[in-house]
Amino acid sequence: MTTNVILRIATKVLIPNILIFGLYVHFHGDYGPGGGFQAGVIVGAGFILYALVYGLENTTRVLPPTVVHICMAAGVLIFAGTGVVSLLLGGAYLEYNVLAHDAIHGQHRGILWVELGVIATVFGTMVSIFYAVAGRKGMD
Amino acid sequence: MTEVIDIALLALLVVTGLAMLRLRNLFGVIILSGIYSLLSAGLFVTMDAPDVAFTESAVGVGIATVLFLGALALVGHEERPPQRSRVLPLIVVIGTGGILMYGMTDVPPFGDPDNPAQQHVVPRYIQQQPEEVGVDNMVGAVLASYRGYDTMGETAVIFAAGVGVLILLAGRRRRADEPEGGQDDH
Amino acid sequence: MDFILGHYNYWVVVFLMMLGFYIVISRANMVKVLVGLSVFQTSVFIFYISLGKVRGGTAPILMEGATLYANPLTSVLILTAIVVSIATTALGLAIVIRIKEAYGTVEEEEIDAIERAEVEAPETRWS
Repeated sequence: MTTNVILRIATKVLIPNILIFGLYVHFHGDYGPGGGFQAGVIVGAGFILYALVYGLENTTRVLPPTVVHICMAAGVLIFAGTGVVSLLLGGAYLEYNVLAHDAIHGQHRGILWVELGVIATVFGTMVSIFYAVAGRKGMD
Repeated sequence: MTEVIDIALLALLVVTGLAMLRLRNLFGVIILSGIYSLLSAGLFVTMDAPDVAFTESAVGVGIATVLFLGALALVGHEERPPQRSRVLPLIVVIGTGGILMYGMTDVPPFGDPDNPAQQHVVPRYIQQQPEEVGVDNMVGAVLASYRGYDTMGETAVIFAAGVGVLILLAGRRRRADEPEGGQDDH
Repeated sequence: MDFILGHYNYWVVVFLMMLGFYIVISRANMVKVLVGLSVFQTSVFIFYISLGKVRGGTAPILMEGATLYANPLTSVLILTAIVVSIATTALGLAIVIRIKEAYGTVEEEEIDAIERAEVEAPETRWS
């Protein structure tokens, strides 16, 4: 953990805003620039910032590596699962029109779920890779 | 006005690229690659692609720099001066570059609305998207709805890369004083 | 003059591409090779987005009073490519870290020398 007071206080103020901004980018990806990839990277960057300032042990206590690995796989499952749900509801694979009473609402709902899957995978991958690289013991 | 910004940003990109080539201190090279990504994100904004600029600045400036610096701590900071002759790579590069630049004279001018890239499928996406998908962000509509299969494959690729990194790096590193034969391997 | 302004983007893109290519084939340090590869990839992104720009158009988000939009398809392709490029770069970095732990160096010429010495006097490194 760094002993620099400015860094620690600034991080405490910034990280909740970063996480909420990531959620905002996801939900407003329909109306402005944004979407799953950007949101996933932003949320991952928030946690990586916490790890850089407060140390890797504190971060693994907050977000255990097992949770991150599961998140990484769950994202792909959510994405593929949305397709299976639309199969079960009578449409084709990944046809969002059947997911709600109306085609446009179905598209909105399908896009939100699919982008959630993308967020989970991107976030999980970025944080897992960071844990793996940063947790490696050096040669000396 | 945007042409001036375009020309200036591309010139800065060239200067940064040349500096990355010449610099031997890897820490400086990685910071310069962050600057390179930021300049290209600015370029994407002037070329009317805000989604791409968003992603490039988050990924190229944030995540890539952190990962490279993390690897640099384990690998070493200085590049050794190159020993072998660099005449052959230079000849190959100049030859390939010459052929490509000659080919680039045939590309339609920058900003042409009758570009072949704007024909066929793209007018259909732009015009029919309000009835079929109803989402304001056309890039999101194409990404998640019209080309949903590609996005699923891409998510699987990211997952596979994450699994690959975990396989390579998850085993605990053997310390120098432990006996041989005890290496935890994956 | 119009011709030069119209193709300036593409020529600079080719120059950056060749710069990245030169870094990859002429430098021996593996981390620098990965950085050169990312320079190459970014130049390809700039090429695609340059193809998609429309003069007088606006960003591909539905807006009142906009008639011409930039190409959304090129943006989608490059969005995918950016995230996949960082994933493969991370995989390359993991391999470089393992190479450093196995050989003690990441310079290709030194690894060649170690391998040649191995062939002459083989010793087991792994159990």
